[in-house]
Amino acid sequence: MPNIEELQDLTTQVRRDILRMVHKVNSGHPGGSLGCAEFFVCLYNEIMESKNGFNMDGIDEDIFFLSNGHISPVYYSVLARSGYFPVDELNTFRLIDSRLQGHPTTHEGLPGVRIASGSLGQGMSVAIGAAESKKLNKDNHLIYSLHGDGELQEGQNWEAIMYAAGNNIDNLIATVDLNGQQIDGSTDNVLPMGNLKSKFEAFGWTVLEIEEGNDISSILQGMAKAKTLTGQGKPVCVLLKTVMGNGVDFMMHTHAWHGKAPNDEQLEIGLAQNIETIGDY
Amino acid sequence: MKTYTNTGSKDTRSGFGAGLTELGKRNENVVALCADLTGSLKMDEFMANHPERFFQVGIAEANMMGIAAGMTIGGKIPFTGTFANFSTGRVYDQIRQSIAYSGKNVKICASHAGVTLGEDGATHQILEDIGLMKMLPGMTVINTCDFNQTKAATLAIAEHNGPVYLRFGRPKVPNFTPENQEFKIGKAVQLTEGTDVTIVATGHLVWEALEASKVLADSGISAEVINIHTIKPLDDKAILESVSKTGCIVTAEEHNYYGGLGESVARVLSQNHPAPQEFVATNDTFGESGTPAQLMDKYGLNSAAIQKAAKTVIARK
Repeated sequence: MPNIEELQDLTTQVRRDILRMVHKVNSGHPGGSLGCAEFFVCLYNEIMESKNGFNMDGIDEDIFFLSNGHISPVYYSVLARSGYFPVDELNTFRLIDSRLQGHPTTHEGLPGVRIASGSLGQGMSVAIGAAESKKLNKDNHLIYSLHGDGELQEGQNWEAIMYAAGNNIDNLIATVDLNGQQIDGSTDNVLPMGNLKSKFEAFGWTVLEIEEGNDISSILQGMAKAKTLTGQGKPVCVLLKTVMGNGVDFMMHTHAWHGKAPNDEQLEIGLAQNIETIGDY
Repeated sequence: MKTYTNTGSKDTRSGFGAGLTELGKRNENVVALCADLTGSLKMDEFMANHPERFFQVGIAEANMMGIAAGMTIGGKIPFTGTFANFSTGRVYDQIRQSIAYSGKNVKICASHAGVTLGEDGATHQILEDIGLMKMLPGMTVINTCDFNQTKAATLAIAEHNGPVYLRFGRPKVPNFTPENQEFKIGKAVQLTEGTDVTIVATGHLVWEALEASKVLADSGISAEVINIHTIKPLDDKAILESVSKTGCIVTAEEHNYYGGLGESVARVLSQNHPAPQEFVATNDTFGESGTPAQLMDKYGLNSAAIQKAAKTVIARK
């Protein structure tokens, strides 16, 4: 059984990493990163089957793709704290000559990253390709992917969603971070997307909703259920209902912190709400 | 002067199809993806031989590029097939981020390039694709001239680790390069020796350059014809060696001169050995409906245009 308290402590530490990383360079995307901290911690510690070390081909292990690459702070923090690269390297986020580019890339050889992302809407197709590759290799491990909800406004997603159902890509669990916010405002105000559950189902996917996307037990339970839905001829979509900016009160429930760094004072408030657990980088 | 014989006109896309068929037998990691143009791209035989390694993605080229990028993870060597227009401009950002910047081993195979696509008209006749693709860091750009060379190039790019853009065409054109030739990426092929003018040509213009050199010889002009099949990386050395001897150059391509082979050659010359250059290329224009021969004539992409450019450039020496 997973130790929920340990995962919670790790999540708190990841939130501190996110705040400190974006504060240091006065740029980056804390809102979506904070909202997905629990998900990433669960994914890398409990949900995915991973081998030690990093190999691009990911044979005989589960593979994750981040499509909404702007939430790189949470990705980098969790990768580092899962042993993919030294935690100290978080100090180099967005700096010149760093492997931790503003948006994730394979170009600088950062272990753990298998595709560049940032220009939105491309990750679903890539995940499907990796899923097809696994099927050809008779590798029964799964492909996981994460997408922003606003990102679904990009048309390529719907090409991919149609393909995945039409071709029985049932070794893929695509999670949508349903926080209802994007840069210019709420998703409903910018471009209403209607009922995403109905849309995915209409395209032939199995859809599972996680109502408490910032609750570790709910995530673990939901993703365990999602795994049982794989291998049945249909791709699986998880609608993960999160709060953008979760864990830092003044950043929550607003799009304002999508892509803005806290100042010195705001950093102190945010850190005070997330007391150091396993140690700052 | 060395002469070349057309052993029977064939389309370059069939050379691609033949190469892909052979690759299917040789290399089990080769997979093929197509966006609803399997017949046009001559991918039918691969599809029939290896249904498990053929992926029909429908009319969804952006998705095709992303899937191809993803399939490299796990060791596959994806060959995507659609028209040149839909292989480049339509999916530029997908290629840029998911393939080129991500360093993925995808082979983007593009048929129906240029005006020789013919009657379908300008919506389908891309004349900007070489420029688009050569600007992407790490992208290899190849434009083949006949059936045999296209088949050889298809085999060769499977052995090259990295993204490749392979450009070929629709119409039947003379097949004159050797069968089962060795295709060396980035290596120019000298077709004739000459002393008065260098003619470097790519794609369908290579045969036209050979035809031009014969007519020029009749009027006492000795042309050195070089086939540049790889536009990037460009064989700078071959170009410079030839121009050092002839003192002037004509570049010939079925592409806009903005962004094409000619501009790449101009860069090499201006940096190393400035010399007069004339461009046989389209002049910042879209194409239109017509037969391939009519279009090549109207847009100045044939032997006559090359002869004229050769005389002009020699006069500028």
